[in-house]
Amino acid sequence: MSEGEFQLDVRGVSKSFGSLEVLRDLDLAVRPGEFAAVIGPSGSGKSTLFNLVSGLDRPTSGEVRVDGQVAFMPQKDLLFPWRTVLDNTALGLEAQGVRRKEARRRAGELFGAFGLDGFQSAYPFQLSGGMRQRAALLRTVVLERPVLLLDEPFGALDSLTRTEMQLWLADMWQRYRWTVVLVTHDIREAVLLADTVHVLSPRPASVVERIEVPLPRPRRADLITEPEFAAVERRVLDALHNRAAR
Amino acid sequence: MTAAPAALKRAARALWPPVVLLAVVIGAWQLYTTAAGIDPTTLPSPARVVEQGWANRADLWDNTLPTLQETLLGFAVSFAAAWVVAVLLDFSAAARRGLYPLLVASQTIPIVAVAPLLIIWFGFGLLPKMLVVTLTTFFPLAANLAAGFASTDREAMRLLRSLGAGRLRVFRLVRVPSAMPYFFAGLRVSITYAVVGAVFAEYAGAEKGLGIYMQAQKSAFRTDLVFAAVAVTALLSVALFGATYLLQRLVLPWEQALRKENRS
Repeated sequence: MSEGEFQLDVRGVSKSFGSLEVLRDLDLAVRPGEFAAVIGPSGSGKSTLFNLVSGLDRPTSGEVRVDGQVAFMPQKDLLFPWRTVLDNTALGLEAQGVRRKEARRRAGELFGAFGLDGFQSAYPFQLSGGMRQRAALLRTVVLERPVLLLDEPFGALDSLTRTEMQLWLADMWQRYRWTVVLVTHDIREAVLLADTVHVLSPRPASVVERIEVPLPRPRRADLITEPEFAAVERRVLDALHNRAAR
Repeated sequence: MTAAPAALKRAARALWPPVVLLAVVIGAWQLYTTAAGIDPTTLPSPARVVEQGWANRADLWDNTLPTLQETLLGFAVSFAAAWVVAVLLDFSAAARRGLYPLLVASQTIPIVAVAPLLIIWFGFGLLPKMLVVTLTTFFPLAANLAAGFASTDREAMRLLRSLGAGRLRVFRLVRVPSAMPYFFAGLRVSITYAVVGAVFAEYAGAEKGLGIYMQAQKSAFRTDLVFAAVAVTALLSVALFGATYLLQRLVLPWEQALRKENRS
């Protein structure tokens, strides 16, 4: 049933809301197990793109093909204050109709790997920002869907926690090899985490450049001081600015 | 073990100002009636109300039970009906457009006029009193509950739908919990109407109950016993009001944790 080498294939997609054209002829292809970052100026329609990929919305024209199901992790962690951390991480399974007990068991098994052990019966407001984000990711990952869509997951964290979480995510990805699409407007984050960086133009958005990140893995924090890292950052920045200036 | 005394301490801190204020009012009332030598059939002193109330406690209790029964049964019906109607309003835009304005309009119907009619229709038994309690408490409950469902975060709904939840499951997993703070607000408003509703219904005609008791004592110029019955009515209302807080603690244990988190 898979046609071609891509897990996620967005071809020539346009999307308008009334007279507002948000996406125009956008292409985005991601291979299985690839970590792709989508970066663009704010208001460039990244969230619209996510809604299309996760099937919450339909393109005006063009085609979105996904091999397997998509798990979406929103910008806000959206942990429910009335649920304990364990119950929050089991929410995705419960939403799919898995029985509560089974859902809790399956989510609970991942607590160690996500650094949340001992916080099963805590409430979300008792966790730090980084832990909340890990719990939100656990809620997504436990669904075992092959494609993860992450919408600026670390945008609300302080800079130190953000770096820590980025390295943690890189490590988890190395272990589980999900196909990831990360939306961000942090160039450093995109280059540090991704195999490919897809640069969007301002609205109406299309992908103006697809940049391979040839840096070795596993990636470490000190990588960001290397000249190779700076060179890739430079290319992303140029791609962003050329288009913004046009 | 340390949580309970701390909670008691907080409760005591919240309670003492109204208790002191009430004591001052009662003290002034006592002084005034004694000093001015007011006829107890016009205005009995608080001491007399307590004394005569205690002396007639068997009678009072006998009349409190039916009132309490009407209140609780009527409120239970109101509670169930409020959930049914609020869920209906939440699920159906047609119901929202058609039913909600009628519910609002129904609030303008004076119960004073309806209560005697209910007696004519349904007799002197339990049913008409229950209905009056239901009519007076239903609207704040249903309206708050419907508003609570509608207050659900759109992002949270979107998340659940993207996770594969259908409409019913979204309702159960996020709309119901989101409505809880509104629901309890509505519960507290409506429960304060409940006892008064029952007493009022008895005024319109009953064999037993605090309402008809007050009326009988008034006719017998036993103003002191009217006041005693009023005090019992007030105590019942306050007790039911307090019970909503207990219920809230049981249903929403996370609120306690959040409050503690905010204090520290």
